[in-house]
Amino acid sequence: MAKDIERYNESDRVNHWVIAITFVLAALSGLAFFHPSFYFLTNLFGGGPWTRILHPFIGLIMFFAFVSMAFRFAHHNKMTDSDKQWLSQWRDAANNEEHKLPPVGRYNGGQKVLFWVMVACMAILFATGLLFWQPWFAGNQPIWLVRAATLLHAVSALVLIIGVMVHIYAAIWVKGTMRGMMQGTVTDKWAKKHHPLWHKEMSEK
Amino acid sequence: MTMQTSMDVTRRSATTTPSSSIRETPKVAKLIDESKCIGCKACQVACQEWNDLKEDIGMNVGVYDNPADLTASSWTLMRFAEVENETRLDWLIRKDGCMHCADPGCLKACPSPGAIVQYANGIVDFKQENCIGCGYCVTGCPFDIPRISKKDSKAYKCTLCSDRVSVGLEPACVKTCPTGAIVFGGKDEMVAYGEKRAGELKERGYQKAALYNPAGVGGTHVMYVLRHGDKPQEYSGLPADPKVSPMVSLWKGIAKPLGVAAMGLTALFAFLHYVRVGPNDAEVDNDKH
Amino acid sequence: MTNHWVDIKNADLILIMGGNAAEAHPCGFKWVTEAMQHRKAKLVVVDPRYTRSAAVADYYAPLRVGTDIAFLAGVINHMLSNNKIHAEYVKAYTNATFLVNPDFKFDNGFFSGYSEEKRTYDKSTWAYQRGKDDFVLVDETMQDPQCVFQLMKKHYSRYTPELVSKITGTPKEQFLKVAEYIAGTHTPDKVMTICYALGWTQHTVGSQNIRAMAMIQLLLGNMGRAGGGVNALRGHANVQGITDMCAYSEVLPGYLGAPGDGDVDRETYLKARTPKPLRPNQMNFPQNFSKWHTSLMKAWYGAAATKENDFAYDWLPKRDTAYDSLAIFDRMFQGKVNGFICQGFNPIAAIPNKKKLGTAFAKLKYLVVIDPLRTETAEFWKNYGAFNDVDPSKIQTEVFRLPSSCFAEETGTFTNSSRVIAWKQRAVEPPGEAKVDSEITARLFLKLRAMYKAEPGAFADAIQNLTWTYANANMPAPEELLREINGRAIEDVLAPVDPKAPPVPKGTPPTVLVKAGEQLPGFAMLRDDGSTACGNWIYAGCFSQAGNLTARRDLADPSGLGNYPGWGFSWPANRRVLYNRAGADPAGKPWDASRRGIAWNGKAWAGVDVPDIAPALGPESGAGPFIMTPEGVARLFAVGLMNEGPFPEHYEPFETPVGTNLMCPTNPKAVSNPAARVFKGDLEQFGKAAEFPYAATTYRLTEHHHFWTKNSISNSSVQPAQFIEIGTELAKEKGIHNGDMVKVKSMRGEIKATCVVTKRIKGLDVNGKKVHHVGIPIHWGFIGVAQNGYLSNTLTPYVGDANSQTPEFKAFLVNIEKA
Repeated sequence: MAKDIERYNESDRVNHWVIAITFVLAALSGLAFFHPSFYFLTNLFGGGPWTRILHPFIGLIMFFAFVSMAFRFAHHNKMTDSDKQWLSQWRDAANNEEHKLPPVGRYNGGQKVLFWVMVACMAILFATGLLFWQPWFAGNQPIWLVRAATLLHAVSALVLIIGVMVHIYAAIWVKGTMRGMMQGTVTDKWAKKHHPLWHKEMSEK
Repeated sequence: MTMQTSMDVTRRSATTTPSSSIRETPKVAKLIDESKCIGCKACQVACQEWNDLKEDIGMNVGVYDNPADLTASSWTLMRFAEVENETRLDWLIRKDGCMHCADPGCLKACPSPGAIVQYANGIVDFKQENCIGCGYCVTGCPFDIPRISKKDSKAYKCTLCSDRVSVGLEPACVKTCPTGAIVFGGKDEMVAYGEKRAGELKERGYQKAALYNPAGVGGTHVMYVLRHGDKPQEYSGLPADPKVSPMVSLWKGIAKPLGVAAMGLTALFAFLHYVRVGPNDAEVDNDKH
Repeated sequence: MTNHWVDIKNADLILIMGGNAAEAHPCGFKWVTEAMQHRKAKLVVVDPRYTRSAAVADYYAPLRVGTDIAFLAGVINHMLSNNKIHAEYVKAYTNATFLVNPDFKFDNGFFSGYSEEKRTYDKSTWAYQRGKDDFVLVDETMQDPQCVFQLMKKHYSRYTPELVSKITGTPKEQFLKVAEYIAGTHTPDKVMTICYALGWTQHTVGSQNIRAMAMIQLLLGNMGRAGGGVNALRGHANVQGITDMCAYSEVLPGYLGAPGDGDVDRETYLKARTPKPLRPNQMNFPQNFSKWHTSLMKAWYGAAATKENDFAYDWLPKRDTAYDSLAIFDRMFQGKVNGFICQGFNPIAAIPNKKKLGTAFAKLKYLVVIDPLRTETAEFWKNYGAFNDVDPSKIQTEVFRLPSSCFAEETGTFTNSSRVIAWKQRAVEPPGEAKVDSEITARLFLKLRAMYKAEPGAFADAIQNLTWTYANANMPAPEELLREINGRAIEDVLAPVDPKAPPVPKGTPPTVLVKAGEQLPGFAMLRDDGSTACGNWIYAGCFSQAGNLTARRDLADPSGLGNYPGWGFSWPANRRVLYNRAGADPAGKPWDASRRGIAWNGKAWAGVDVPDIAPALGPESGAGPFIMTPEGVARLFAVGLMNEGPFPEHYEPFETPVGTNLMCPTNPKAVSNPAARVFKGDLEQFGKAAEFPYAATTYRLTEHHHFWTKNSISNSSVQPAQFIEIGTELAKEKGIHNGDMVKVKSMRGEIKATCVVTKRIKGLDVNGKKVHHVGIPIHWGFIGVAQNGYLSNTLTPYVGDANSQTPEFKAFLVNIEKA
């Protein structure tokens, strides 16, 4: 039986879960303001005003935690020609026909795209959120800027939420993934199947 | 503070089902005749007195507008604009404050159910007990009126003295106006009077005099008679064609259902994908060769 | 006001000049907007600044401060040369036809009789030609070169539009446009009203500013008519009441001239003030002077005023010199005053040259300040940094402060600009130890009287004998005071014996008009035999047997002209429009059927107002409508009264930006008003244009009331801090930006304030020179909740009008620089 391979160290995992938890809280509190049907979510945070007060602080923690993680993983997420090839064959991936795909390194093309989408969303959320943060900064901007910021914030949050839903589903769908982020290790088989180039690299170490 | 019953609330913020709509209450309106306004600020003071507000004693910043802008404690403000062209100098004085739009952008933007309501008589009112202080109403307002209090993070603006109006009184500013520049009555009556005044001003030589009752927000329950009705912007930036900002409409309009649908569909697709394709398990290796 | 507030709505043209009604009188301004909407009236504003009144006007023209007479004289010239006068009115109702003494002259800035040394005129040549019957000679054709009309025409022909424009800085077209507006109301179907205030009075030619306007209104036939008149808008709720009741030394209540040193006895005094008619059949109402005065003395001294002691005439103070405010404070400045009681008055803020005032107070032994508020005067000795930089250790004046009540804390009356006396009820009790002013005065009086009794000093009679019959001697009730002012019959008032009536059988009891002890129904009942007492003859009738008429609140307006005869009581005799006889033509028919005042109905004068003429004195009598003059007509040429000439003439302010008077450029002695009084030492305190090149003026803002409302948070929040205003051109020249702090300096001091740079103040072209204005709102000081500031009279000159001594706050020189 081949040895398990370490995919994420302790620090990586803590970082990720800080983001994950704050994301959930930020999303729930944010959605409360997005659509009346979600307004009940404010009860989770102690009511409307508390939700309004907490959301930006949660967002801020999420953002800085994400920055830290982005710096950790950015170099793993450089797009290659092989990634593009992978992306063009996304149907095969979806249909569990990984053998048809070009061999994947630490991350596949889809994961990389998701990573950069998240980077973009986080940056936009941070910048636009600051512009209409009551009561700190909101009064100092021209009103058109605040309006644009509010719209962009909502759109990027939506994209991020959908992106994270895909991310979570992928972890559920691809068995053995979750333990990589929980315990830090994946099985040899898992690595070989889903990230053969990375598996090779790790085996040669 | 207001005396209205829930039947009087015909529209509520962040509420997707209709509010009570059986009352056929006549619509009210306030008309500000700019040609009679002498900028005495009695309305500003009356507003503060009736509503028990106290404004800070600020500084002079080189203009007659004091305070320099609307605040959570100054719900109305005289704005002074010096406009000069080849033929004449005008000192245009405008009483600024909530316009009580028939189609209010603040109410549209507000995320908190019932924090902003519209009464059957047309008055748009803020309910501070439901206000969460997010400031969305500020972005929603085409006239840049609501202000968030630094003391309590609640939004404030002119209530059109909904408490006075509900017991048959005119708003405090109307009551106090010494020159009859502010009048109050039924919306239709005020529109008719405003048009009559515009006609009279045309006879006086103000060819472009007009009633300001902008259609872009469904008309307003606070209207102006302007001597230079063709150039409302000259009155300290009164918008010529106010509309709820397209950005706000997008965000609070189509974006809301689309966003919810997109999230719901994503979850649904994921679920169906799992049902159809099943898990991708390296240990079992169900990869089809 | 000769007319009244509501009457403004009847005007076709409203001229606001020498005032700023929209800002200083916003509540009364409603009648301007009413006239504009419902009568399609036009509003014209002439002012150095484009004011909030101008903001709603149909036409605005600027003029240089202190040149109003030149402007109005130009209007007179325009009207006369274009024959735009109401000729019938002028001929019948003014002294235009009267012939003037041939020795009367006007030459190069001086009228005849000037003494350069004394700075006064010998007015003997300013007189009429008299016939053998001692009546004035007239020329009904108005062609005689010595008739007032021709003299006036000649005098004002000098004021050509070009010259007017050169003096005033008003562009010629704009001047002519205003002149056209005004002259347009010369027809009987058009009426103009003029609303002025301190913008005309606070000049060294203040009284003549108003006379010039009165002349225009007479030439247009606008006096005595609904929608017309000359209307002074008073600045306090009760300032009219104060002047009516005599809060100053030159007159007694009801404008009865006060005795001077020359009035050695009652007979001399009465004779000098009781005129003989100058034309036949005139009412010459002042012939009743002795009745008014005797009744006043009976009100003051009651039983102690007897025929034998000349009705206590000797107990009246006789003025040895001037006692106007400038004269008093100048004496104080010279160290000649020991103590000063200051009641409802903040002189360190309200009298020019703050430094002089502060120095004067420091020379007092004691100062008593009776005021509901903390005032700068009461704290003149306290150091408030740059705002009041004094050394308290060097000031020995003992200051007493007696808190009094505010207007809403006392019951009594207000007399407004309309001459309407309105009763008001106390709304709240005065706070703390504050007492109403009448109680403070009463207690002070009773103490003084007791002291005189205990240790009789010189001249105790005047105090010992004063009537004091109030139920509570310490607190005279307002009703008691008003009843006393109205007057009562001490003995039965009998009908006068008509010498023409057939003799009555012996033993017939005389007709009793008012029974002893009853309140008088009006001043016609006053007698000079001691049978009546009246505290103020013009108020007689306000509290008659019918009760307190000032408390009436009847909203009925039967005429639709807004006279409201049942609202309060309008002095005199509840008459709402003065000189209303002149509102009808000589035959007694109203000039304008749409605005009928009174008319002759064949038997009597009747109509919507109390006739300003004996009700039965019909048109055939030839009695003129101006019953208060011995001529019976109005004076275009003012015989004897004005100190600087019978015709208003332009003189520069004492601080003039141009230095010469273009009306008499070769006479350096007539640059400024030659008859205005200048105190020793003050001449050196006048600035010259070389050092202080900008024309400054002070004014009020609508957000504040004098120096009171800076104690109120509401007022202060809407106008929080001191500022000065300059035009964009001057700002550019001086490198000053909107909102910058600037230093404004005059010969007497300097202030610092935020600068408001505005398009509303323009540089004016005055005789080829650009004159810039600096606007200085008053209202700030070193006491109150508003931001502290400098008292604006730090800058203003210590000189007043030649007649009223009202200080020249409206025209002086300053320099300005970035602070």
